[in-house]
Parts: sequence; C-alpha cells; structure tokens
Amino acid sequence: MADPVQASSSPSGPPGRPGDNVSRALGLFSAALGVPQVVAPGRVARLIGLKDDGRTRFWMRAVGVRELAAATGILTRRRPTGWVWSRVAGDTMDLALLRAGLGRKAVRPTRTVIATGAVLGVTAADAAESVRLTRREAVQTPSASTASQDGKAAGPMHARAAITVRRPRKEVYAFWHDFENMPQFMAHVESVQITGIRRSHWVATAPAGRRVEWDAEMTADEEAKLIAWRSLEGADVENSGTVRFLKAPGDQGTEIQLELHYAMPGGALGAAVAKLFGEEPSQQVRDDLRRFKQVMETGEVVLSDGSPEGTLAIRLARQRPAHPLESEPIGTKGGPS
Amino acid sequence: MRANVWSGRNTVQVENVPDPKIMNSRDAIVRITSTAICGSDLHLYDGYIPTMKRGDILGHEFMGEVVEVGKGVGSLTVGDRVVVPFPIACGSCNQCRRGLFSVCENSNPNARIAEKLMGHSTAGIFGYSHMLGGYAGGQAEYARVPFADVGPIKIESGLADEQVLFLSDIFPTGYMGAEMCDIKPGDVVAVWGAGPVAQFAIASAYLLGAERVIAIDRFEYRLQMAREKGGAETINYAETNVLEALREMTGGRGPDACIDAVGMEAHHHNPGLHAYDRVKQATRLETDRGHALRQAVIACRPGGTLSIIGVYGGLMDKFPIGALMNKGLTVRTGQCHVHRYLRPLLQRIEQGEIDPSFVVTHRLSLDDAPTGYETFKHKRDDCVKVVLKP
Ligand SMILES: NC(=O)c1ccc[n+]([C@@H]2O[C@H](COP(=O)([O-])OP(=O)(O)OC[C@H]3O[C@@H](n4cnc5c(N)ncnc54)[C@H](O)[C@@H]3O)[C@@H](O)[C@H]2O)c1
Ligand SMILES: [Zn+2]
Ligand SMILES: [Zn+2]
Repeated sequence: MADPVQASSSPSGPPGRPGDNVSRALGLFSAALGVPQVVAPGRVARLIGLKDDGRTRFWMRAVGVRELAAATGILTRRRPTGWVWSRVAGDTMDLALLRAGLGRKAVRPTRTVIATGAVLGVTAADAAESVRLTRREAVQTPSASTASQDGKAAGPMHARAAITVRRPRKEVYAFWHDFENMPQFMAHVESVQITGIRRSHWVATAPAGRRVEWDAEMTADEEAKLIAWRSLEGADVENSGTVRFLKAPGDQGTEIQLELHYAMPGGALGAAVAKLFGEEPSQQVRDDLRRFKQVMETGEVVLSDGSPEGTLAIRLARQRPAHPLESEPIGTKGGPS
Repeated sequence: MRANVWSGRNTVQVENVPDPKIMNSRDAIVRITSTAICGSDLHLYDGYIPTMKRGDILGHEFMGEVVEVGKGVGSLTVGDRVVVPFPIACGSCNQCRRGLFSVCENSNPNARIAEKLMGHSTAGIFGYSHMLGGYAGGQAEYARVPFADVGPIKIESGLADEQVLFLSDIFPTGYMGAEMCDIKPGDVVAVWGAGPVAQFAIASAYLLGAERVIAIDRFEYRLQMAREKGGAETINYAETNVLEALREMTGGRGPDACIDAVGMEAHHHNPGLHAYDRVKQATRLETDRGHALRQAVIACRPGGTLSIIGVYGGLMDKFPIGALMNKGLTVRTGQCHVHRYLRPLLQRIEQGEIDPSFVVTHRLSLDDAPTGYETFKHKRDDCVKVVLKP
C-alpha cells in the first residue's frame, strides 16, 4: 500500500495555520448576516426583493437564528468542521427559499435573482472549506492530541489511552505479554498466534468487513514496565504499539498507558468513513483498555442486553433494546466461552 | 415472559419478551416476586433521561427467587430468596473497594456514551437507559442479575416482601441522604419532597439522631404520612412561603442540613416560574428543573450541608452558586451505594426499628403497570408507592 506516513504529512499542516482564516471569515459572514435578519427581517426582505409580509419575516428570522448559531459554532470551536458543513446545508435551504420567493412573492425579481447568485457563490466557498476541513480532520483528528514521540512509528493514525487496573504490575504485564490474550479485549483483533520468541502472527478485522493479517515482532520488553511491538515487512496494515505499566498511587494497582500507531486501510478517506461508524481511533483504544480492565478485575468482558457483544463500536452507536435476546448470547470473544 | 417496556414518552406497555439467559459467568437469573415503580422511573417515563430505546424493560427495584446461577457465583444457590440492589457493581474495582458501588468502574458496558456526557462513566443500572448500561430491568417476571456474587442480599428471616423490597433502592437512598448530612445532636434537617424517597430520608434522619425534621411538599396526603409515620413537621409550599417558614421554625438560623429528595422534575407553585423552567426543559435549553434545589441552597444555614439524592440528568439554569459558595455549604450527592447499606438496614428491619412497608399505597399486578405509572405520576388516589406483582 502507499506510504501512509507520506499521506499524513502532506495536507495542510498543524491546526491554527493560515487556512483557518477562511473558516473565520465564513463565521464572521454568518454573524454579519444573522444580526440584521433577526433584528430587521423586513428590511432585509425588501433589500433582496422579497415581499415584506409576516411569513417572509418569520422565515427571515429563522434563517438569521441559524446564521448566528453557525457563527457561534465556527468562531468558538476548536474544530469548526461540522459547523461549516452546517453552512452548506443552510445555503441549500436559502436557495430553496429564494426559489420559492421568486415563484410566489418576489416584488423585485431582479434583486432576488442577484441574491440567488450571491448565495450560489457563498455555497461554493462553504463547500470548498468544508471539504478542506474534513480532509484535514480525517488525517489529523487522532494525531492532533496524540502525536507519537519517537516519530518513526508506523502509520498516520495515532491513538493513546490510559487506565488504572487494580492488579499488581507483574500480573498485568504478564497478561499483556502473552499476545494470545489480545483478542479477549481488543475489538478488532481476531486471533494472535505466537510464532517465535519475539514473533507473533495477527489476524484482525478492518472496516467494511475486511480481514487483515500481519507478522509482528516485539521491539522492547522490560519486565513489569514496558512492551513494544511493530509489524514486519509485508503487513496488510503497518502498525506498532507500546504499552507502559506504572505503579498507581496508593494501593490502586497499575496505571497502563497504551499507544498505537497504524496505517488506516484506505488512508484518510478510510479513516473518515470508519469514524462515521463510531470507530474513532482514540475512542477505540479507550474501549479496548476498558475491556482489558474488565478482564483483569472481573474475569471477563461485561455484557448487557443493549450490547450483547461487549463494547462493539457499531453496537455502541446502535444499541439493541434492553430486553433479553431471542437466541443464545452471541458469546463473542471476551464473552463466556 | 411478561415485562413492562418503555415505548416512548408517557407510554409503557406490558409485552411478551424472551426469557433472560446467563450472559456472564457471574450472572444469576431471578424469578421476580415483587417489583416497584420509582420516582426515577418517572424521569424515564416523562422522557427526560437520554438514550432510552423503545422496547427497553424498565424497573430497578425488585426481589425474588434465584432460579439459575452462572458458574462464577459461589454465594447463591437456586431457591435463595434475594433483594437486588439497583446499581450493578463488580465488587473488585477501586471504587467498589472504597464502598462507592454506584460509581463502579466495570459495570457499564456503554461507558463510552456516559463519558461523553459526564467525563467519566458511573455504574450500570437496571432498566435505566443505554447510557447507564442498556440492562433489562426488573418490572418483569424474570431478570438477569450481573455480578450476582456481589449485589443481591439473601433474606432468610420470614419477613414479607414489602418489608424488605425497598432495600433495593429507596430505603438505602433515603438513609444515605440523611447520612450525608453528618447529623449532630440538636440538628434540624429539612427535606424537600414527601415522596417515598423523602419518607425514608425523614425516618433515617431521626434514626441518625436529628432533633427535628421538616418536610416540604404540596401534596397534603404525603405530608400527612411524613407527620404520622415519620414524625416530621411539615410545610405545604403551595400555601406557605417556604423560606420564611423555615427561618421562623429555626429561630432565624436556617436548617443545619437540607436534603433534596425531589430531583429534576421539581414543580413551582408560581405558574409563571414553573412555566419558565418547563419551557427551557422542553426545548432542552436545560434538562433539569431546579426549584427545590435552588430553594434548599437559599434556605440552608451558613456552613450547613446540602445533600442531593433527587436525580438530575444534565444541566440546570440559574443555579445560586453565589449563595452556595459564600455560605460555605458542604455538598454531598450521589446515586445510592446500595450495597453497603444492605446488611445494616436489613438488621434494623429485623430488629423492628423500622418497617419500610408503610410507604406502600398501591398493589397491582404487573399487567397493570401502565395504570400504576399514571397513578403514581399524577399523584392520584393518594398514591405514594406502587408495588407490582408479576
Ligand atoms: N440518589 C438515588 O440513588 C435515588 C434513588 C431513588 C430515587 N431517587 C430520586 O429521588 C427523587 C424522588 O423520588 P420519589 O420516588 O420519592 O419520587 P416522587 O415523584 O414520588 O416524589 C417527588 C416529590 O417531590 C415533590 N416536589 C416537587 N416539586 C417540589 C418542590 N419544588 N418542593 C418540594 N417538593 C417538591 C412532589 O410533589 C413529590 O411528592 C427522584 O428524583 C428520584 O429519581 C434517587
Ligand atoms: Zn429507584
Ligand atoms: Zn466495581
């Protein structure tokens, strides 16, 4: 597959760089439009050639409120992408309203046609900015807060998470050290087979039901402290991971810090699609660790009627109703066997 | 089996659903003999708790007979008679070890959803939304009980269902509400609400040594129960100015501790002010109506304690943080850590210090659950507590 590291460094640099001025401008534009629409809807209607009646004023105000919401969202959020997309949706609505206005009550059709042209232009700008932000997020979301420190990790997706497990460090380390335990708590890992002293073979599921395999090698191993591994040449998905075990304060057991790096199959687009299905990498890793904790502290992954498979991303997004299943519990990995 | 399921706002219906099965090795299946409707169920019924799904079985106050145990449950055998605590707790995480069972770190498989709303997840709860686990509830003929080696308490004495059923929730909840007040000799405790939870807060405040307890509600029949069964003094907030009355009744000091046993659907007798919060709640500009809690903050003696056991779901408007801060109030809150109260409170019942069945006003069959919800919600027919018999 294409060199994924390349993919991560190309699109528009770190957050807060010049490209973001476009979003800001669109936000300010929303504000400039929203205020008069809310305060003086009649005057705006006349300005763009629409009949100034109660119904027009109502819609004008509604549009104004929407603009103000978009402005607040774009100007105050660290990641304004959703709000910029909301402008695209709003533009489409405006175009529909103007069309209706032309048909029904345009008192000065020329003005309305000009307004329509202007909105079309704005729509194009909104759409372009939305696409730019979405692209940037697809590549950056996971790394913005979780950039790898060593810089030579495999893959553009970085995720890290931490959890505390009420067990001695040695025991937690030993359980992790046996990679064949991974499928018990890692949602995407189907099986791991130890193939040598430091080597193992992994089979995992990828988004869209694909199945990926790779051989991995342990690159660091310090008793009760740290384990690191990475995939070898020829992996379907290039990846690496590090897990650290620290003593938690008091008698609270062990703090576990997990860091994963991987090339998302399908690159940035694959990542964006996966996110739609609840597969946000850092969330995914948090859920994996939560299951790890359940296994260590209670003996197995905890199941409920709403999530009978354990914490499956798609199931978390779309829960079953909380009543017993018709059939036997799915008995997934992690469930009772 | 038959089960009472949520099917949208203000609608529950009793339906046939599959029987529960063992899913984890520490599960037990309980055949339910008695189950109750709680004020917390009303928040679900009224649609104020997010992440409910049509078909969710409701109910978190239940007891019955063990009919099946998973291979990891050593402490129970088939035939045992048990009361089940409403929060689900693993017993082995750091929070459980601290006795903070309602914030167990392992019992919510949907912790991810709760984290989005609250930063961290709390314990799973039977029949209480998908954010809190997506567990089927106990208003049914049978229920699956996870971590059955940790939660359920065996009832070996010949006490009737109604005497022990409320160990599952409202007795420990009221007790914890009073315990959090850290009651000292001479203390005056004010309790907002005279519902079933409040009735147990009142009784518990006396058990813990309060000098006087004052209950506040607008339903005269509930206030009467607080006076006659609980020995409380009462204020009807629809007729009396609560703040003035409390000041007068405490020689100007204000109550030493204030318990909120009302929660997110508080009512205001001034229709305008009530409408204000209702509209904000309906449009989701706030999720919680705060009349009772705001009043408790203002009423409380400086340096006193505010104990919140009424349930809140999200955001509240116009919260008097200035009064709270400047008066130096201590705030204690939480879903009840039921597990830690089971044994001591069962003992109090066995020793005859209290008979919790005094709150029961309605006994219905499980099939009549929809009527039970309507009667309890609208406080019709002098309803205080509804027990359903599957
Ligand atoms: N913390 C916990 O673990 C826990 C457990 C069970 C119940 N609860 C909560 O306790 C609360 C009460 O439960 P319940 O079963 O008694 O319900 P309930 O509906 O029977 O009682 C609430 C009472 O509050 C009164 N009230 C409403 N507005 C008021 C106001 N402004 N001032 C004074 N009283 C007012 C009502 O008239 C009613 O009598 C609910 O919020 C419930 O969710 C919490
Ligand atoms: Zn309850
Ligand atoms: Zn626990």
